[in-house]
Amino acid sequence: MLSKRIISCLDVRNGNLAKSVKFVDTKDIGDPVSKAKEYYDDGLDELVFYDITASSDDRNIMLDVVEAVAKQVYIPFSVGGGIRSVEDASKLLWAGAEKINVNSAAVQRPALIKECAHAIGNQNTVLSMDILKVEISRDFPSGYEVVINGGRTRMGIDALTWALQGEELGAGELVVNSIDADGTREGYELNLTRMIAEAVSIPVIASGGAGKPEHLYDVLTEGKADAALVASMVHYNEYTVSELKKYLHDRGVKVRLKF
Amino acid sequence: MIAIVDYDAGNLRSVQRACEHVGLDAEITLNAHVIRQADKLIFPGVGSAESAVDTLQHRGLDKAILEFFASGKPILGICLGLQIAHEYSEEGDKECLGIIEGACERFMFSDKTLKVPHIGWNEVEIVTSHPMLESIEDGDEFYFVHSYFAHPTSNTDVFGKTTYGDRTFASVVSRDNFFATQFHLEKSGEKGLRLLSSFADWNGTC
Repeated sequence: MLSKRIISCLDVRNGNLAKSVKFVDTKDIGDPVSKAKEYYDDGLDELVFYDITASSDDRNIMLDVVEAVAKQVYIPFSVGGGIRSVEDASKLLWAGAEKINVNSAAVQRPALIKECAHAIGNQNTVLSMDILKVEISRDFPSGYEVVINGGRTRMGIDALTWALQGEELGAGELVVNSIDADGTREGYELNLTRMIAEAVSIPVIASGGAGKPEHLYDVLTEGKADAALVASMVHYNEYTVSELKKYLHDRGVKVRLKF
Repeated sequence: MIAIVDYDAGNLRSVQRACEHVGLDAEITLNAHVIRQADKLIFPGVGSAESAVDTLQHRGLDKAILEFFASGKPILGICLGLQIAHEYSEEGDKECLGIIEGACERFMFSDKTLKVPHIGWNEVEIVTSHPMLESIEDGDEFYFVHSYFAHPTSNTDVFGKTTYGDRTFASVVSRDNFFATQFHLEKSGEKGLRLLSSFADWNGTC
């Protein structure tokens, strides 16, 4: 039986591990490579690195981080942030990433998903969506809107419509990140996660809001997510990956315990 | 030297890095001559069977792999490498290498909560012992990413099975000096690396 995945997301800025609250107020909290190795040794299932470096000139630092991680960590990891072309994606894969995450650039130019899926495979093309809760209306029948630029720019696109379009264009997985829940540590946006997970036929990774082990349980059961993304709760050593997995296992969620 | 067959099918460097990590000297190559000279062969791959088989044929690598198999030297297939070692794949209606008798078909579920591709960690039930499998335990989990699965004609070619939804498929197959896993052992943590180490020691016999 397939296990539910625990994925840790590491935001990287100029080669350092950073953590933001509601996408602003970012601070540096450590070395991403040693964190990645620590989680790997503790049984993490997968990693996501998000490059939040402001200047595109400094993006080569990310390639060094990816290379260093790939030499030590033998589980899948994806990299996102600033990917605008197949060329960007290919560089990251060559450096050692398994998959790439596209986000803002794909909203602005949806063909990017198709191009990446064609060049590097559907299963390696992950569409990451930042979502804001809005009033249900004719424009937003799902009650959720797609935003970009770390939540600063509203795009006028319905979240569910975009998820289905992303799947159609060839995304192999979806990361559903709730801007409202991000950094609050009050739990994932269950309604949003479930709505998208039930609508698409590709795996959905829930993101934003994890603060307690029961939040993971809720999103992997009630929220119908295939995987849960965690950040602060493990980055600040409040919980270890193995503690989270043991908690889920004890509550009857299938997770990988032997590694 | 171990040769990793390069046929534009995914992240070969992941495989090469994992080899380096366990102390194996592995070269990525699309040169049939280099493949012939190698002591062992790794036949990895992600992507579609259709384009993979086309690329192999275009580069003359299909013959090189079959010759290598006939020579008795050990071959390790990974993911798509397992699939196109079979006779046929539904993906692109493609005739494949035929090292293992059988065909590959797509996951089809009436239960729509089961996602395709099958992505993530799943258990491998060891059905027959094999020198390559001595380093792992029955029920260990490995990382899978695939939409098609192999269905070998003969049960004697199946060494490990995995269940996804209501479908149980061959996740480890072997015949003579060919051994292959549907999962990505290069992305399956320490247990995957152990299998790669076993490949370094394996002489190609069961």
